[in-house]
Amino acid sequence: MASHSYAAGGAVQPAEHAHPGVRKYVFVGVVLCILTAAEVAAYAIDSLASILFPILLVLSTAKFLLVVLYYMHLKFDHRLFSGVFLLPFSLALFLVLSMLAVFKVVAYM
Amino acid sequence: MNHTAVAATHEETSTGLSNFKLGFWTFIGSETLFFGALISVYMVYQGRSVTGPYPSNVFDIELTTLSTFVLLMSSLAMVLALAMVQKGSRKGSLFWLLATAVMGMIFLGFQAYEFTHFVHNGLKLDTNLFGSTFYLLTGFHGAHVTVGVLWLLALWVQALRGQLGQGDALRVEVAGLYWHFVDIVWIIIFTFVYLLD
Repeated sequence: MASHSYAAGGAVQPAEHAHPGVRKYVFVGVVLCILTAAEVAAYAIDSLASILFPILLVLSTAKFLLVVLYYMHLKFDHRLFSGVFLLPFSLALFLVLSMLAVFKVVAYM
Repeated sequence: MNHTAVAATHEETSTGLSNFKLGFWTFIGSETLFFGALISVYMVYQGRSVTGPYPSNVFDIELTTLSTFVLLMSSLAMVLALAMVQKGSRKGSLFWLLATAVMGMIFLGFQAYEFTHFVHNGLKLDTNLFGSTFYLLTGFHGAHVTVGVLWLLALWVQALRGQLGQGDALRVEVAGLYWHFVDIVWIIIFTFVYLLD
């Protein structure tokens, strides 16, 4: 069911789509468990140590996106919600990368 | 049905979207910056402690994997609670809201056990850079989980009293947004703090 949204005068906003049903929610939950198990397996396998960072980056990004898109409904809700979240999220990401660049890379040059 | 909720649901807005939900997304946006700062501080000081204990001395990945699994499943329970409220199923709403809150409490129990274990191993807030940044980051996350659990229990009590009907789905959806945000923060912490130590 789409979330309630009414324009002035009571017209329903057409930009939102129906939220997923129980089956899809459970499917996403199972995928999240599998991805977490894959993360721990990659961590435990010594031969993957050299490529552990990219593996974990991909797996955790996938988990992040699944929760944000399906459980937080950004895939189905109005784009304005995505914008309101993505702008500060991009700033936070920029903050983390800048801090790492300054203190981890530049500091050792 | 709650009259305030009905008024909020049917309000006329210039965007055509619920101000409550839009405002809450803005709050979540500010929270990403808050946790972004804490995560960056942890990562900047990672590996710079001059005295132990170090992460490899105290982390118990099996235990943290279990608590991560519980938190992920609580997110699933949360969306199922929302689906039940939207369907108008009182029994389903009660069950899944309580299940979400209980899983949140189990996660907090794991965290309390972990902190106690770390302190017994000599890692306190002022022991070294790792201790300071680790407790700051995971402590604030735990505080957010605690707020989420209290919020969920409040919704559960309202559902128990018959004050949480289909018309109140937006309030449950917004509580869910907060809960899922806490979950995605943990997804990042689990990967970058625990697995990439």
